[in-house]
Amino acid sequence: MNILLRLMGFVKKYWVRLLFAFLCMLASTAFMLIIPQLISQSIDTVLADGELGALMWLALAVVGAGAMRGVSAFGNAYLTEVVSQKTAYDVRNALYDKLQRLSFAFHDQAQTGELMSRGTADVEAIRMFFGRGLLGMLQITILFVGISFLLVRLNPLLALMTMGFLAAVGWRAVIVARLLRPIWLKIQELMAVLGTILEENLTGVRTVRSFAHEQEESDKFSAQAEILYDEHIRATRKRAFNLSLMVFLVTIPIPLILWYGGGQVEAGALTVGELTQFIFYLTIMAMPVRRLGFMTNILSRTVSGGQRVLEILDTESVVREKPGAVELNDISAAVSFDNVTFSYDSASPVLRDVSFTVEPGQLVALVGGLGSGKSTIAHLIPRFYDVSGGRICIDGIDIRDVTLDSLRKNVGIVQQNTFLFSATIRDNIAYGTVGADIEQVIAAARAAQLHDFIESLPDGYDTWVGERGVTLSGGQKQRLAVARTLLVNPRILIMDDSTSSVDVETELLMRRALEELIKGRTTFIITHRLSVIRNADLIVVLEAGEVVEKGTHDELMARSGLYREIYESQSVVGDGSGEDFS
Amino acid sequence: MSAHHGGGQHGGGELSGTFDSDKVMGKVYDSRVAGRLIKYLGPVKSNLSLGAGGMILRSVTTVAVPFLVGIAMDRIIEGDLVGRNTMVLIVAAVIMVGWGGRYLEELFLGFVGQKILYRVRTQMFDHLQKLSLGFFDRNKVGRIMSRVQNDVQQIQELLASGMLNVLFSAVTLIAIAIIMLVVNTDLALLTLTVVPALAIVAFIWQKYARRAFIRVRRAIATVNAQLQEGIAGVRVTQSLTREDVNAEQFESVNREHFTANVEAARLQAAMWPMVEILTAVGTALVIYFGGAQVLAGQMTIGALVAFMLYVRRFFEPVLELTMEYVEIQRAMASGARIFELLDVEPEITDDPAAPDLPPAKEIKFEGVSFGYSPGTRGLHDINLTVNPGETVAIVGKTGAGKSSLANLITRFYEVQEGWVTVDGYDVNSVTQQSLRRQIGVVTQDPFLFFGSIEDNIRYGRTEATREEVIEAAKKAGAHDFISRLERGYETQVGERGENLSAGQRQLVCLARAILANPPIIVLDEATSNVDTHAERVMQRSFRRLMKGRTCLIIAHRLSTVTRADRIVVLDQGRIVEIGSHRELMARKGMYYNMYGSLLAPGPEPQSA
Repeated sequence: MNILLRLMGFVKKYWVRLLFAFLCMLASTAFMLIIPQLISQSIDTVLADGELGALMWLALAVVGAGAMRGVSAFGNAYLTEVVSQKTAYDVRNALYDKLQRLSFAFHDQAQTGELMSRGTADVEAIRMFFGRGLLGMLQITILFVGISFLLVRLNPLLALMTMGFLAAVGWRAVIVARLLRPIWLKIQELMAVLGTILEENLTGVRTVRSFAHEQEESDKFSAQAEILYDEHIRATRKRAFNLSLMVFLVTIPIPLILWYGGGQVEAGALTVGELTQFIFYLTIMAMPVRRLGFMTNILSRTVSGGQRVLEILDTESVVREKPGAVELNDISAAVSFDNVTFSYDSASPVLRDVSFTVEPGQLVALVGGLGSGKSTIAHLIPRFYDVSGGRICIDGIDIRDVTLDSLRKNVGIVQQNTFLFSATIRDNIAYGTVGADIEQVIAAARAAQLHDFIESLPDGYDTWVGERGVTLSGGQKQRLAVARTLLVNPRILIMDDSTSSVDVETELLMRRALEELIKGRTTFIITHRLSVIRNADLIVVLEAGEVVEKGTHDELMARSGLYREIYESQSVVGDGSGEDFS
Repeated sequence: MSAHHGGGQHGGGELSGTFDSDKVMGKVYDSRVAGRLIKYLGPVKSNLSLGAGGMILRSVTTVAVPFLVGIAMDRIIEGDLVGRNTMVLIVAAVIMVGWGGRYLEELFLGFVGQKILYRVRTQMFDHLQKLSLGFFDRNKVGRIMSRVQNDVQQIQELLASGMLNVLFSAVTLIAIAIIMLVVNTDLALLTLTVVPALAIVAFIWQKYARRAFIRVRRAIATVNAQLQEGIAGVRVTQSLTREDVNAEQFESVNREHFTANVEAARLQAAMWPMVEILTAVGTALVIYFGGAQVLAGQMTIGALVAFMLYVRRFFEPVLELTMEYVEIQRAMASGARIFELLDVEPEITDDPAAPDLPPAKEIKFEGVSFGYSPGTRGLHDINLTVNPGETVAIVGKTGAGKSSLANLITRFYEVQEGWVTVDGYDVNSVTQQSLRRQIGVVTQDPFLFFGSIEDNIRYGRTEATREEVIEAAKKAGAHDFISRLERGYETQVGERGENLSAGQRQLVCLARAILANPPIIVLDEATSNVDTHAERVMQRSFRRLMKGRTCLIIAHRLSTVTRADRIVVLDQGRIVEIGSHRELMARKGMYYNMYGSLLAPGPEPQSA
């Protein structure tokens, strides 16, 4: 209930339209109730050998009422839709904005597909409630009360019989909806499993074919599809039984009305016209009553969907701007780590007591094995995560004291997995610098050694990439990311190069691009390119989250520690060529 | 943002060929889609006829009830007690029959729908297993997924209620018209004049509705795509501080979504006044002219009541149809997309008489030319023999054709000219399955399925024992890290499981290949994807895997290259040099230059 109240907050803005929708609904319900009255009167007029003129007026009244009912029903349906779509629009915007701003820690935990379903199915569930759900339920209630009132006035006992059946059906509809809900949820789950099997089969198509596992895959899929089928059949049986029963219960009052009501007519307690009212009102109620189940389903879907949406809207980003944070401007880009400790889940620290100082314009190489904490260091500088202890300063200012925007504008990062947006290459390069002109984009692409490749494409810079576009190789994507960052022109640069896929050609191109990239910036680089590491002003060697050595190549080689050990073992594996730090 | 079509522009295996799903978009009825769907009804005949029988019963009773009610009314007016009671019993009996009919209809038509869905689903999946890799290169996973999932889901609507319901609504309508005509021809004709009016309105309406519907579909797709990218690309967005620009962009597609939906809603809501007014007009006609006839003694009150009930019934199917309109349109488009996929011909098929390939060791390329699409050439006239037990490294620039060479051995693609033979068997002449069982492929991108690590290793040889699995993991150098995991070999991995690092995934894949124990290994060297420590472990595992097998390696590392028995240097799809490291260095050709460039000093003067 709490959730519904909070969701109501979204509709508040549109209360005028909602009020009009409500008034239209009232009008349309009223006109709906009037028509059987007119019919009843005309039958009685005919029976009383009345005048044709009177019938004429009644007929015209029916047309008038019908027209009014149509118009008000239109107003109701249309206005409700506008309000519900507006609400969905607001919720979707809020959700998108929130997701954009939540920290990496949140996105590490979340799955894209799962977030998508909140942004689509759950928002839709909220919309449905404000669309058909809310006013729909009100209308059923008003109809039921209104009809009961009208019929009780005519004949209490017959009214009780008729409305009693309807109430029973409504109640049954709600029960059935509750009964079916767990089955539907189970079906959703089974569908998700089936989806995973399919997705894996498609993304792993090479593996499947290489091991000639097509038949096994088909068996796996159809076994799961069969489980899904069985569940559907279970739902079908329950549905068929209950639906037919409900329809039966809605229509069976007809003979009752004819039997008991007929007796009343003969006794002179009821006119024939009034008798037909019972039958017409019964017909009017039949549909809405059966819908009750559907309505309650909307309600419970809205509650669970609303909960999931609100959960995200309520999530506070762990990385927050301090009130009164200052802009970080005109930095010389000295960076220092003072006893930095960090853990993702407060259980086991990923970084322990990391300290080092970087002078403006220096090149720092972060070296270490898997899980040593190199990438974590890279992610702490632009505050994708916040340190758990200690502090990181740029030009002596704690990075938590400056605005996020200004910090990140000064810190450029080229990440491991380059994400391309479904847009042109040009838009992708200018992603961080909206409004950059084509010359600037080309200059950045040239510096990243990507220009020649782009020019070789038929559409050049207007080539579509991303999900539905041309596929780029790992090396090309990486260079695009470099161009993207170059265009922003940050003073501090972080390059996570540890998992780049390189072949001989890309290797050479990257080497040239790097040269361009690090010029005049403070640069952190995670790489296995020996040539780069050897030339670094500072090499920080990490092991299990701790700094074990730091210094220049020569200093570290002289110390015969971990760095030298790794270096030498690599050189041997490399057959003396020493081309790579691996 | 303009609509754009990705994927391929080439040859067969396209998802837009014979069945153009775009053309069906917005249609409520497409004869080809319906025709194909009807074929699925054959195997479910018995269920279908029971369901249809139920539906007919239901229709007959719904049509009969107002008529009977009318007669009962007349008996009441006449004061005929026995007649009234008889009619009450008849009405009750008819309603009971209707109940049974409804039950049969819901149950068996439900079965029919589910059976067809099951068949369509598995058929699509099986069909995907037959399609060649070229198809998957050209069609993104997301698009295929949405056909098997969303589109199948969508036709469920059509099957479960839509098509037959519409058909029987029409039948009911005609039945009502006939009864009305029989009971009172003049009044029936008068009342039925509203039908052409309704038809005209509906015709005009659906034209607009179709356009609005297409607009809504597009808007939804755009919003979803934007949302998806917003989430998937959030790391880039934050690091480039583009949140505000993105929010603005999203707001604008979201607004278009809103506008499109409201327009569609207006159209759908517009059906209300039409139907209501026409119903009221119908009722008014019955009241006035019917009333006049009753007064003139030409008609009974009961018939008048029955007429009024029929007028309401008349428009019910019409309203239902407009409500379901959008769903039916979607289902038609979905059906078209499903058949489009099912109609894609596999480019590579086994000859019906193809024999299985016996264990083989020697690979031979004879005059092989190849391109990924008909017009292009990636490989020219390749002649190469890899002897049993030999390790051959292939080097060359990006796009030199290294991967193509590897893809041809497994027949993931077919040569355009020449032959690839394995122990003298043309790879095109044996079954694909038997061929691939002889060849172990280790790719750059290690892929794990959702399931335990053990399951993933066993993928290599389904019948392997637990001991054999562990043995393979040990050989691959994966055992150590697996034992350190909390749940060891039971650890769930893959998309929805625990995340292993790239290096660890690669080791599991190696174990899988070792367990499969193929005599030929094709290795797309993946060493660049892992860090230093894992790399060393892996290099050792590779060497162990290669021992005693025929190996073709797409090499990225000079250390691997120098250890190979022979090196093949590819340039622009041609073999330019073959020989051992020493021979090629001595020749001072392309290999010598590539090797030299890698040893050249870095960007800045070396301090060492």
